[in-house]
Amino acid sequence: MRSFDDIERDITSATDPDELVLCGEEVLEHWVLARGEKPTGDRREGFRLLALHRQGAKGDPSFNACRETCRELIYRRNVIAAEPDHPETVQRLRLAALVARHLGLFVRGKLEEAKLGEFCCAARPLRAAAAT
Amino acid sequence: MDGNDQKYRDVAYYPGCALEGSGHAYDRSTRVIGKELGLRLHEVENWNCCGAMEVKNIDPHLQTYLSSRVMSIAANEMGHKTVMAPCNGCYHNLKKAEYDLANDAESVAVTERLSSKAGHETYAPGQVETIHALDWIKQTIGEDGIRERVKKSLSGLKIANYYGCMYTRPRHIFPEKDKGNGSESTLNPHFMDDILAAAGAEIVDYPLKTACCGGAHTLSDSDTSTKLVLNLLETAEATGADVIATECPTCHSGLEMHQVRAEKVFERKTNVKVLYFTQLLGLALGIKPRKLGIHENISDSLGLLKEKGLA
Repeated sequence: MRSFDDIERDITSATDPDELVLCGEEVLEHWVLARGEKPTGDRREGFRLLALHRQGAKGDPSFNACRETCRELIYRRNVIAAEPDHPETVQRLRLAALVARHLGLFVRGKLEEAKLGEFCCAARPLRAAAAT
Repeated sequence: MDGNDQKYRDVAYYPGCALEGSGHAYDRSTRVIGKELGLRLHEVENWNCCGAMEVKNIDPHLQTYLSSRVMSIAANEMGHKTVMAPCNGCYHNLKKAEYDLANDAESVAVTERLSSKAGHETYAPGQVETIHALDWIKQTIGEDGIRERVKKSLSGLKIANYYGCMYTRPRHIFPEKDKGNGSESTLNPHFMDDILAAAGAEIVDYPLKTACCGGAHTLSDSDTSTKLVLNLLETAEATGADVIATECPTCHSGLEMHQVRAEKVFERKTNVKVLYFTQLLGLALGIKPRKLGIHENISDSLGLLKEKGLA
């Protein structure tokens, strides 16, 4: 498995939105593996990234703080894929890369602080109960 | 309900601790625009901390009680049906307490015991509705009302609206959201976009509007917070934004402080300015920057505002 630095380098140089989604999956695999689980190969709404996010948040609802970032990355990917020749494709790709980078930073920070376990502590007990 | 909701014109106002300290400019600008728009704010008497993150992490039932006391005073001692909380943390905690007290027997038992011990009436779910400052403006004045009142259009100002993570999460404590046309969205919040667009601003497509700012890491791992904030700032600049508009004092302080720290620690300078949405709306209403507390911000936006004819 590649390091976060290597993944971030790929995010910065990506020329295809699917590369960014793959980088996002790799970032989430880091989190899932750190929790002692096997990263899922399933898909949700057609994307493994979303299935991996769901797996990562199971039993740790604070991980939902990156849910919208994952969904945003998929949205950006879909917009580019739908109109690959659009004059704003370069800018769209740039924004998608910044979203992927945010996901990497979040997960990296979350791993570093995992012992705190309360990152974005909003309503933890309620969400923990809802997740079981 | 856009712009016509009379029930929000006269509300109990819960500023919370942050608005007395680092978020003072948010308090100041909220009160000033309320007065300008003819909306009445009655500060909750003898209010206490909502429980914030600190209490909640140690004893979530105690946090529920603390938030319930604020709502109890508003309802039972002041006779209000609506509490307006501009801070995302307070807003979130009051909504969470409302949910707890309607769904969790242990929360009810602890709240009853502590309310009795403290000598005030126990809050019963449904006695008040908690709203955010965004709901307050959007649903009393609305976009048309704002357009009618604009004295200095924000036209020419490109704004990235940043909502932070607590305004919409977790979804189940915000039953009024995601109700279709006219309601707020938890996936893609837009009330701030609507309000500032009505004031004439150009709203950019900001892809990180609800992404984490690392607020919870600020003291324990400042570098992580700085990197997250730096990415928020650089993304705003990539969209062409002149300003990031905020509606949460914690996010706002984090963006401002880590913008400075990013330059010092990582030698990455960003120029995008950070302003509360209430300050931007106030400028559009023709209110002087000083009255809106713009001089209290760390982010120095006066040059930009002068350049745009807003100051």
